[in-house]
Amino acid sequence: MTDTANSGPVLAADGRPLKASLNRALRRQKLRAMLLIAPLLIFIMITFVVPIGQMLFRSVENQIVSEVLPRTTQMLVEWDASSGEAPDNTFFAALTKDLMVAVEKKQHTRLGSRLNYETTGVSSLFRKSGRKVDDMGEGYTDQFVAFDPTWADPAFWADLMEAPSAAQALPQTTDAYNAFASTIMSEDDQDPRAEQPWHTVYLSLHQDLTADPAADFSGLPAEIAAAQAVAGGFAMDDLAAAYIDIDEDWGTVETWQTIQTYSSKFTNGYFLNAVDMQKSPDGAEWRPEDQQIYLTLFVRTMIMSMTITISCILLGYPVAWLLANLPMRQANLLMILVLLPFWTSLLVRTSAWKVLLQQQGVINDIVVWLGLVADDNRLALINNATGTIIAMTHILLPFMILPLYSVMKTIPPTYLRAAKSLGATNWTAFWRVYFPQSVPGIGAGSILVFILSIGYYITPEIVGGTKGVFISNRIAYHISSSLNWGLAAALGAILLAMVLLLYWAYDRIVGIDNVKLGG
Amino acid sequence: MKLTTTLMASTAMVMAGTTAFAGSHMANEMTIVSWGGAYSASQKAAYHDPYSEANGVTIVNDESSAEAVAKLRAMSEAGNVTWDVVDVVAADAIRLCDEGLALEIDPDTQLADGDDGSKASDDFGDLLVSDCFIPQIVYSTTAGYRTDLVGDTAPTSICAFFDLEAYPGMRSLEKRPINNMEWALLCDGVAKADVYDVLETEAGQSQAFAKLDTIKDNVVWWSAGADTPQLLADGEVIMGTTYNGRLFALIEEQNQPVGMLWDAQVFDLDGWIIPTGLSPEREARALDYIMFATDTQRLADQAKYISYGPARASSAPLVGKHATLGIDMAQHMPTDPENAKNTFLYNYEWWADYRDDLDAKFQAWLSQ
Amino acid sequence: MTNTKSDTAFVEFERVQKSYDGENLVVKDLNLSMPKGEFLTMLGPSGSGKTTCLMMLAGFETATHGEIRLDGVSINHIPPHKRGIGMVFQNYALFPHMTVAENLSFPLEVRKMGKSIREEKVMRALSMVQMQDFAGRRPTQLSGGQQQRIALARALVFEPELVLMDEPLGALDKQLRETLQFEITHLAHELGITVVYVTHDQTEALTMSDRVAVFDDGRIQQLAPPDELYESPQNSFVAQFIGENNTLDGVVQEIKGNTCIVRLDSGDIIDAIPVNVSAVGDRTKVSIRPERVEFDKNRLKEGAHTLKAEVLEFIYMGDIFRTRLRVAGMDNFVIKSRNAPDQTRLVPGQQIEIGWLAQDCRALDA
Repeated sequence: MTDTANSGPVLAADGRPLKASLNRALRRQKLRAMLLIAPLLIFIMITFVVPIGQMLFRSVENQIVSEVLPRTTQMLVEWDASSGEAPDNTFFAALTKDLMVAVEKKQHTRLGSRLNYETTGVSSLFRKSGRKVDDMGEGYTDQFVAFDPTWADPAFWADLMEAPSAAQALPQTTDAYNAFASTIMSEDDQDPRAEQPWHTVYLSLHQDLTADPAADFSGLPAEIAAAQAVAGGFAMDDLAAAYIDIDEDWGTVETWQTIQTYSSKFTNGYFLNAVDMQKSPDGAEWRPEDQQIYLTLFVRTMIMSMTITISCILLGYPVAWLLANLPMRQANLLMILVLLPFWTSLLVRTSAWKVLLQQQGVINDIVVWLGLVADDNRLALINNATGTIIAMTHILLPFMILPLYSVMKTIPPTYLRAAKSLGATNWTAFWRVYFPQSVPGIGAGSILVFILSIGYYITPEIVGGTKGVFISNRIAYHISSSLNWGLAAALGAILLAMVLLLYWAYDRIVGIDNVKLGG
Repeated sequence: MKLTTTLMASTAMVMAGTTAFAGSHMANEMTIVSWGGAYSASQKAAYHDPYSEANGVTIVNDESSAEAVAKLRAMSEAGNVTWDVVDVVAADAIRLCDEGLALEIDPDTQLADGDDGSKASDDFGDLLVSDCFIPQIVYSTTAGYRTDLVGDTAPTSICAFFDLEAYPGMRSLEKRPINNMEWALLCDGVAKADVYDVLETEAGQSQAFAKLDTIKDNVVWWSAGADTPQLLADGEVIMGTTYNGRLFALIEEQNQPVGMLWDAQVFDLDGWIIPTGLSPEREARALDYIMFATDTQRLADQAKYISYGPARASSAPLVGKHATLGIDMAQHMPTDPENAKNTFLYNYEWWADYRDDLDAKFQAWLSQ
Repeated sequence: MTNTKSDTAFVEFERVQKSYDGENLVVKDLNLSMPKGEFLTMLGPSGSGKTTCLMMLAGFETATHGEIRLDGVSINHIPPHKRGIGMVFQNYALFPHMTVAENLSFPLEVRKMGKSIREEKVMRALSMVQMQDFAGRRPTQLSGGQQQRIALARALVFEPELVLMDEPLGALDKQLRETLQFEITHLAHELGITVVYVTHDQTEALTMSDRVAVFDDGRIQQLAPPDELYESPQNSFVAQFIGENNTLDGVVQEIKGNTCIVRLDSGDIIDAIPVNVSAVGDRTKVSIRPERVEFDKNRLKEGAHTLKAEVLEFIYMGDIFRTRLRVAGMDNFVIKSRNAPDQTRLVPGQQIEIGWLAQDCRALDA
């Protein structure tokens, strides 16, 4: 519409601008198209995008520490690990208040498992401490109640905490009491007016009353002021000692450092772990050599997947060529043979390879019988990388053959004839004319095989021994055995990124429009 | 203290109330998750069939125990728990309990008393390793060897695994640090009582890996319980570790030339948990099933089908003959005094702490 | 009819037979000889064996029996790439992953020619087909006619003495086909190359060729220059296959020198030239071209036999009139007459009498 500038907008029959009319007509079409694909789109979103997104989110998510230990992590912000000394009693008081709630909500053991991924021993530390936490601060309760039995009265507590000025005058106590009240209501369906508060409330009261000897509690019941007068003289519970008595790890800087390091809501710890690094007070550092494994596995996964892809090309190409060039009857029979593996269970096929490849297996028996190798020097074909490559090549071969076949099917035999008539030998005709045209099939097959093999873990687990397992085996382990889903997600995210990177590289080098799955 | 007691008392009351209320409203269908194979078959014969016959409940079997912890966590996060009773090993039960995914059980009120009148908590005794776990069987991870391939002197000690001179050839060990590390130290001169103390130290771990290094090239690492029996039957290995029930089947049912090496067997427990987050009807049904399936007679019945020891002390005298082979089962139990001369009990607490760390090191060591 | 081996023969087929399945012969006893520089067309319906002959000559099929010679040398055992024969395929067979220039350069590369020579030859070949501007294009960016020009250039670029063309114009529309027909013959004569051209389009065969070999049932039915083929078909297949033709069935009643009398099945008597009837009493198919039929008695020879005919249909076709008649009980008898000012336009239902010169009417095999 070059003339619009001169003569104004072109109008449709009804006098509206033609462009607007056209857009309106197209919009309706687009809307209809959207509606048609909506079910699929929603299905993919729900079953694919959302779960993957969630899983990836787990690789950085770390809310559990600050959620379960809000008071402790708050205090640890100020704590300096380089002092070389474990925190004092005020930290343990905060820890006690946090743990009390966590134990009621059964969160402390989960937190223990989480931190145990980083520091060995934290799991039992929290489990053991959780069993004893409801005794912590008992001394304060006893002393308050001994001084005035009113302090044991739940109703008195409830009224006191409802007083408008309580929150300001007794911040710690209010916080502890609120935690107590909301927890027993939600977890046990109990009425705070009928239950004596936890020891942590008395502990907090003691903290509030002794924080400032000159504090004025005039707006509150007289019991407060009375208690304030004596609180300074109460025997102090040595919480730190009590905790260290449960487990001496509470006295080490390392334990507290772990909590401090992992107290942020999001962490790069899982990703560091996934590349054999770890968080330390001085930033990221390499893990000790005897724990490094993931980089090795990533590299091995890549190399072996490429090996498998290449052997699939080498073995699949001639088969696909035969399929595309044999007469229909034979081609159909061959096609059934190619597809046969799809109809057998993966486990059965892999186990069959075991029978064939093991040292006392069929192949070894044959080569020994033929005298190719000595009986005491049988070939190690399984429980190593060789086993994985053989079995995986077999399993993934159809994924190479089918796209190759469908591309070759579209290459007319006249091209080869033309090349030969032009003076090319059989090899030149194949290499210069036929092969380049089958490259899209190789590309499609390779992408399929490579991506599938990167994610395989059942077959490597069964036939791979120790040198033939993939990174996906570790991911499976962390998903189903160690339950370290964050690490599994980080490993998965890296794997995904590597695949995308390779895909991008492939697109740059070969061109993704050069990939054909069929005609 | 007083508060705690009140709290606990009222919790118990609530629980008792739930149980009483639930008696009349129980689900008619339940999904029980177990390990599959001969083990599930033994449970079906000993527990499921009698229970459904008596109560008209449809029992669906699911063979997902190997992934139970991960699946339960996923189900719980999705807010849709479809399993009612799950068979897991003790270590998994502890983790499920830690994660709040398994229901806490009070043995004395929610499990049947023993036949001999003992309270359930006494009858199970030390085997109640977690608040959520109802033990069912004692099994052991132990070793078997090819009687025809080990030469003239059959091995009598677990240390035969580390003796390549006397027993050349391949052996199979589980692809995880648990048990292997202990055995390595034991055979490197560490006293049984000190094994875990030593293993806690860097030096102790290096010592164990160094010992394992001596046989690393001669080990086939297994990850499924069926692997070792197959490897032994094929003559791929001359000795290997697996669960004692697998070896029993290999020796007594398939008549393979394999001998049991009970030395330093490691006891482990397998049992039930009930997932949290079930509807009251389903939870009541699951509890009712558990009450039935873990009583003295039922546990003894299972031993007719598979050579695992019942978890109740009161069941031991009731263990009889194998249902089809007709052989006396008592002597095939890992707990039989003749077999249990030198044993380990899986140290759950210790491994819960060290599992992540040692597994990373073990995998790194394997791939070196 | 069949040429035997001669000194001037460039391409020769001698007693060539071909069978794919060991039961049926696709090519039966083929003998053919063509001199250098000839443009020979193999014409025939599909399945007549013409393409198989071409493929045997190109080397893509081996003869089951017999010998094929090129320039006096047997090529039965020479692989296709060593025969040095250019070939143009029906679907062009341009390599889609190469540009036009690369396609043309390919035969030169496999002959290990230097880069500058290649470039020069490629440009010359492209200019031969007026496609110089398209050297950098991919075949898929060209129209069908352009692709065929490139295919032709590629078959010529390495300067073969013999070029085979397998229905090269089959996929093109009529106008383009006619242009290219002209261009191909022109090029062939200009370059002095020998061409074997396969087609099932008789117009193409007649307009392009020096000689046409009409194939049917695995044999050459007639090998002759176009005019001879049209005017003097040797058997009823050729008569039917080439051009439009009327046939009447009958029995030879009398043979006198180079004329004979045939009694048609309807009882009518007509004159004809005996072509391949040998004896009185033979059944025969009499063939008359539509444009040689006369209905104006003045133009007929004295004493010529005539037949009664009824006009069934009159079709105005511009340059000619095409009239369908019922003759001797058959209602598919066609006559063609030139659209001239004095020409009569017949009316359906009209009863007329038709006749022809005896030499235009050929008594062929039944």
